[in-house]
Amino acid sequence: MSKLGARLRSWQAAAQRRLPRRRSRALAGALIVIGIVLPFLFSPSSGFINATIIAVAYAVMSLGLNVVVGFAGLLDLGYVAFYALGAYALGWLGSGFFFKAKIHALVSPVASTLPGVHLNFILILIGAALICAAAGTVIGLPTLRLRGDYIAIVTLAFGEIIGTLAVNGQSIHVGGGMTLTAGNLGISAVDAPYFPGIGSFNLLNLRPWYWLIFAILLVVLFVNLRLRDSRLGRAWIALREDEVAAVSMGIPLVKTKLFAYAIGAAFGGMSGAFFGAYYTTVNAGQFQFGFSIFILAMVIIGGIGSIWGAVVGGLALGYINNYLIPDVLNDLPSHLGFNFQLTQVEFGIFGFLLVIMMVLRPQGLIPERRRQLELTAEIAPVDAQLAEAPGTPGGAA
Amino acid sequence: METTTLSRSPLAATARPLAAVRRVAGRWGLIAALAALPVYYGISDLTNGYQAGLVAGHAVIHHDLSKLGFNFAEGLSNGAIWALIAIGYTLVYGIIELINFAHGDVFMIGSFSAVGLWAVLGLGLTTSTLGLAGGLLVTLIIAMIVTGSLNVLIERVAYRPLRSAPKLAALITAVGFSFILQNVGLLWRGGSPQSVPDLIHAQQTVFTIGGVPILRGYILAFAVMIPLVFLLTWFISRTRAGRAMRATAQDPEAARLMGIDVNKTISLTFLLGGMLAGAAGLVYALYETNVWYFQGFKAGLIAFTAAVMGGIGNVRGAVLGGLIIGVIQSLADSRMGPQWTEAVVFGYLIAIMVLRPRGLLGEETREAG
Repeated sequence: MSKLGARLRSWQAAAQRRLPRRRSRALAGALIVIGIVLPFLFSPSSGFINATIIAVAYAVMSLGLNVVVGFAGLLDLGYVAFYALGAYALGWLGSGFFFKAKIHALVSPVASTLPGVHLNFILILIGAALICAAAGTVIGLPTLRLRGDYIAIVTLAFGEIIGTLAVNGQSIHVGGGMTLTAGNLGISAVDAPYFPGIGSFNLLNLRPWYWLIFAILLVVLFVNLRLRDSRLGRAWIALREDEVAAVSMGIPLVKTKLFAYAIGAAFGGMSGAFFGAYYTTVNAGQFQFGFSIFILAMVIIGGIGSIWGAVVGGLALGYINNYLIPDVLNDLPSHLGFNFQLTQVEFGIFGFLLVIMMVLRPQGLIPERRRQLELTAEIAPVDAQLAEAPGTPGGAA
Repeated sequence: METTTLSRSPLAATARPLAAVRRVAGRWGLIAALAALPVYYGISDLTNGYQAGLVAGHAVIHHDLSKLGFNFAEGLSNGAIWALIAIGYTLVYGIIELINFAHGDVFMIGSFSAVGLWAVLGLGLTTSTLGLAGGLLVTLIIAMIVTGSLNVLIERVAYRPLRSAPKLAALITAVGFSFILQNVGLLWRGGSPQSVPDLIHAQQTVFTIGGVPILRGYILAFAVMIPLVFLLTWFISRTRAGRAMRATAQDPEAARLMGIDVNKTISLTFLLGGMLAGAAGLVYALYETNVWYFQGFKAGLIAFTAAVMGGIGNVRGAVLGGLIIGVIQSLADSRMGPQWTEAVVFGYLIAIMVLRPRGLLGEETREAG
């Protein structure tokens, strides 16, 4: 058994050696072209395009969470907070919700006559990223002294507090009869993205939405790739691997960790703002703890710390959640004689995937090279002893 | 323990001017934060008064502490349930340093199986007192066995294979199992809270102390919690297996070298934690008279907060933390409205993490330097 495993691994290593850098660049180019022409293969309002848009937006979030969990090794169970803040950034800056204000910037002719704050979608994206980066820093601050599981719990608590604020925001007045959020009623009638020369997006033609989120994905992907190889990215990985050693080599702990939270949060906020526009409402009921786990599952199934893994994990779970379970397999239990629908238990399915993935293939679908090295059997016995000895930080957790 | 000091030193360097402030805040901050709510509301009740009811359309304003007393009574008895769950977190964390995220959902399964057993045993509002007492005792024991074995099973399937993997892995499977159990509960009893027969008339007043009515539910919660906690502390401190648990918690490797079966000891820990969660499940169902598949998630987070507050790994701390969180929760429920309770409890959780990560009675751990 282990012999077979070793042979498989050596084949994989050989394949990686033989796939030169240029080839992988060509592959990336081909994927981008396929991504751009994809919507022409389906009708402009098909369910598959809808699922694709959501899946790509999930991939953006997954990339954001991957910065925090994957690069910096800080388990974040409250990522839904940034989804919420990003979506509210859209609700606040791109709708008539703050009806006393009259601020308009580069919006469609219709929106520029309406009361409220109406900014161009790109400005809202930047605003969402900034708000979330600030919130990420605030959430990061109390976790600086903590490690491992405790970080997870603090972030979870923050996520839940933001969720509670979103639900109860109706009773928080910000002056002039305006409230902070619209609670479970939702901020509706948000502006559709508008670009001069293209016009406003609408839900009859989903193709522009798709290109928009695909462009966001490419930008985030590019930033991620550059970050990973930057000084900051190496500092994150060093901190993740051994905090004590990293700090004693002169890596600024506070700054590095806070940057991880802020940057990861900013990506989540951008995706959240897109979701707000795409769902045309910002409803407090969307921001549940389960969503944090859903995004975490994407990162883990893809391979913690692996950029391409995060993309693949996001797309895979996006399709499973929005296409496979509701459209294809939903009636499966009733065919098998059970009295429930598969959509009811989707979080159970994700939980099951998490358990299976962790037990059978902890490195994920597309593992990060460094982590794969850690998890391979040849060095595991020595490492396992080291990890168990008291005094060493417990692995990457 | 060396790492603790090592990892703290770079931070201490950046925050040296604040070191003294931090030391004081660490010692007194949490206690001050905990005392803030009751003291504030007590003073407010005495000076501004509170509305105790309506007589002929006019509000009756009282200026005494009995509303605060009522909050405390309700909170402490709620806290007794949280304490039972929190012990499960603290035992497991003490021994393998893992937050058993699925623990709250094990508690939920405990509630569900208890309620299911009532139906099987035919317990209802018309059952005689003796039959009820016997039936509930049987239910308690069976629910404890169910949740105990479920917890052991989870450990065997989801945590043991990952014992040598990074800790993140086990935490993630724990979260995964939490979701699986929640969906089991969802399929078992539907998606909305279900009311169950009020077998013990939980809201009936037994006696009154200083204007504070003591309800049957309160007495039940303590009548189950106190003996179980005493049994547990006796088990841990006096028996051979308990000594093995303590040894494993201190140093698994050394314990193994001394001939302790570490795997069996860890299973035993999960069994004990699960059993207490099952007992809490029964008490919850009797006390709240409704069950819901999502109750475990909330209860789990509250109980975890309690365990952290008391000092994780410390049974006495878990009980203390449970009782305190219960009071905070009941104060928030009645004074700010239940929709804010969650935010208040989590606010306290963050405050603990900032001010005193080791908790009230805990020692410094590797995680919370």
